[in-house]
Amino acid sequence: MRVVDAPYTFRGGVHPPEKKELSSGSAAVELPLPDLLKVPLSQHLGAPAKAVVSVGDHVRRGDVIGSAAGVISANVHSPTSGTVKAFESLPSPAGRVVQHCVIEPDGQDERSNELAPFADWESRTPAELIERISAAGIVGMGGAGFPTGVKVNPPPGKKIHTLVVNGAECEPYLTADHRLMLEKTERVWTGIRILRKILGAEKVCIAIEANKPDAIELFSRIDSDEGVEVVVLKARYPHGSEKQQIFATMGFEVPSGGLPADVGCVVENVGTMSAVCDAVLDGKPLDSRYVSVTGEAVARPGNFIARCGMSFRYLIEAAGGFSVSPVKIVAGGPMMGFAVSSPDIYVTKTTSGILCLDERHTFEYSSSPCIGCGRCNSVCPMRLLPSEMACAIEADDIDGAAALHVADCFECGSCSFSCPAHRPLVQHFRRAKGVLTLRRMQKKAEEDSRKKTEQTHGSK
Amino acid sequence: MSDEKGAVNEPSMLVTSSSPHIHCGTSVRGTMRDVLTGLIPPCIAAVVFFGLRALALIAVCTAATVITEYVCRKMMNRNNTIGDLSAAVTGVLLALNLPSGLPFWQAALGGVVSIAVAKQIFGGLGFNPFNPALVGRAFLLISFGATMTSWTESDWKRVERVPEAGISAPAEVPQPGYDVVMTTATPLGEVKTAAKRGEKPDFVYDSQMRWKLFIGDRNGSMGETSVLAVLIGALWLLYRRVITWHIPVFYIGTVAVFALCLRLAVPDMAMPVDFHILSGGLMLGACFMATDMVTNPVTRQGQVIFAIGCGILTMIIRCVPGGAYPEGVSFAILIMNAFTPLINKMVRVHRFGEPKRGKAV
Repeated sequence: MRVVDAPYTFRGGVHPPEKKELSSGSAAVELPLPDLLKVPLSQHLGAPAKAVVSVGDHVRRGDVIGSAAGVISANVHSPTSGTVKAFESLPSPAGRVVQHCVIEPDGQDERSNELAPFADWESRTPAELIERISAAGIVGMGGAGFPTGVKVNPPPGKKIHTLVVNGAECEPYLTADHRLMLEKTERVWTGIRILRKILGAEKVCIAIEANKPDAIELFSRIDSDEGVEVVVLKARYPHGSEKQQIFATMGFEVPSGGLPADVGCVVENVGTMSAVCDAVLDGKPLDSRYVSVTGEAVARPGNFIARCGMSFRYLIEAAGGFSVSPVKIVAGGPMMGFAVSSPDIYVTKTTSGILCLDERHTFEYSSSPCIGCGRCNSVCPMRLLPSEMACAIEADDIDGAAALHVADCFECGSCSFSCPAHRPLVQHFRRAKGVLTLRRMQKKAEEDSRKKTEQTHGSK
Repeated sequence: MSDEKGAVNEPSMLVTSSSPHIHCGTSVRGTMRDVLTGLIPPCIAAVVFFGLRALALIAVCTAATVITEYVCRKMMNRNNTIGDLSAAVTGVLLALNLPSGLPFWQAALGGVVSIAVAKQIFGGLGFNPFNPALVGRAFLLISFGATMTSWTESDWKRVERVPEAGISAPAEVPQPGYDVVMTTATPLGEVKTAAKRGEKPDFVYDSQMRWKLFIGDRNGSMGETSVLAVLIGALWLLYRRVITWHIPVFYIGTVAVFALCLRLAVPDMAMPVDFHILSGGLMLGACFMATDMVTNPVTRQGQVIFAIGCGILTMIIRCVPGGAYPEGVSFAILIMNAFTPLINKMVRVHRFGEPKRGKAV
């Protein structure tokens, strides 16, 4: 297929040291089953799945253990065959307390055949394919975990003309998507074709950063359908963010507060594509993924195909354990990942990496007042004014920050990364966004109760 | 299970701070160190052209600012901030804005005012509305006008002429009496006094004079005279990304455009464009003072407005014939400093995904 350079590029962004060489050369290793798997029932954005198995039940690989609760939710499947031992409330990588289903593998790894393979997927209707994607519990594997079945089913009236496939992997250190593109090129490509059929998209852009020439090369060799091209993005963070990526590939700005569907685009991660292919062609639900275990504190950084529910500790041991005592363990990449409080955290559908940082990266937190250098303002990919927003938030003026559109911030971290005064900018914005969300919810609750009161009074 | 493998040592304490977990490595101290490094060429030029007294004056000012910073923080019961080197930067910059013959005690007093009045009263680095070194200089200029404007004897006006030029060389020798009052003026001072009398300045602005202004062989504040040295320092700051090109280019560009307009309007009175760029403190001001990140706007657009304002004010102060001061760079920057919060409020950057003006949301 055709390879083109991205015609546009967003303003701002940063160039953190890539550090991808730590793990980019190591092919993904399929791990043996551990003694216990603790599968979180919320691995996605939206409502946690509802447990549908009980302690003592025998499950096979692919059996639903948690079923989607509501429109924005996703099924959770058993990643192997075994016995449900318990349900435990444990912290998720993002720090929330989530119910985990503890499964003791029986070693057989017996597959359930609940979902029949669609060998003839090309003759299936989009509705059937969407139903399969939802049934297989597929969510966006780039990090946010938005249920894919919902994303590829835009509300009527929103025509999708372009499918953007996100293979940018702009986060430093991480190489899981890179390895997946190298090792599962065909599966990713089939997933793309399935999704294109569902969406009826005329165009497909496979966006890959220029620092992955081998992946670009592999995709360029594919005999492609009309309207598909590989778009080579300049290596700059955050090119993997969907709004910035749409702009780089097509020059559209997704309106503030809007979704990619508003400009006729859907952005999906390459890992999601491969999962879609597995679900449709093999009837295999999403229960494992590529995970980079990397960082200076890991003895043998590498990539692994991990089942959901494996502990970080297990994966770190598979990577040779710690070479030095880690100071920070991050779920995800160093720019947007979550620092976890212990290695006893369990892999989810969105765990792209386990990053173990040593003391070189973990400085004593001491921030000094803003010196007005304006670097944060020039690196912000949303062209916000972090320095001004932070000033407002420090004065507890959340409305002031809202007027500066703090809600548009997607916490990419470019501002904090560049701040010479080490100011906790992202932390401020996260707090402000939290307060705004809370206020919105309170307002809605108040309105609901007022309506309710009016109705009751009216009926009397 | 970890002990058996040997390689896994249980992490004792994990840090769980907010993302991002890496940093580009810049710091306030590093930035200030870069500025100090950038100030080395002007300091060398000062010593070359004004002798060892220049070095002593730089030392006195820096000592005064650093000690004042230390004492102020101590008195206010706040953390010691001399380590961020910003006080040292203020000290060196203040010294470079003084004439080399200034009494040491006056220079030291300037340093105390810079830090205590212009910086620490407002809460220290980051909260000062005005450039501390320029406040110190303005204070000294108003308080000690005589010493602040008596420039060390320099024969910058003497131009070696080739005999066949036909003009009598002795014309350059100053008249008795005239010497005492006038030979100590700066090029801009000459121009201003001449303009007040409605005359042309009594020096010839030719290529030799240009060269003297460029390398710094002239009267003036210690750090401003050598355009060459300032440029080398500015290139360093650009290379280290402490400053961007916007403020120097727009500042100097505005001065050039203003000077060009004057030249076109009153060709026989106005000085050439390059004279305005090479003389006075424009280069030092545009590269080291107007670029002070604390006191200039936080957006590119704001910085451009700021720089244009500085340029216009500089030229107004320089060229209005009845004005009191021959040079306007420091006052222009101080006045624009006062506008910085307003510019920050005023400038709105078109954010990503913002609906175009006039279009319905």
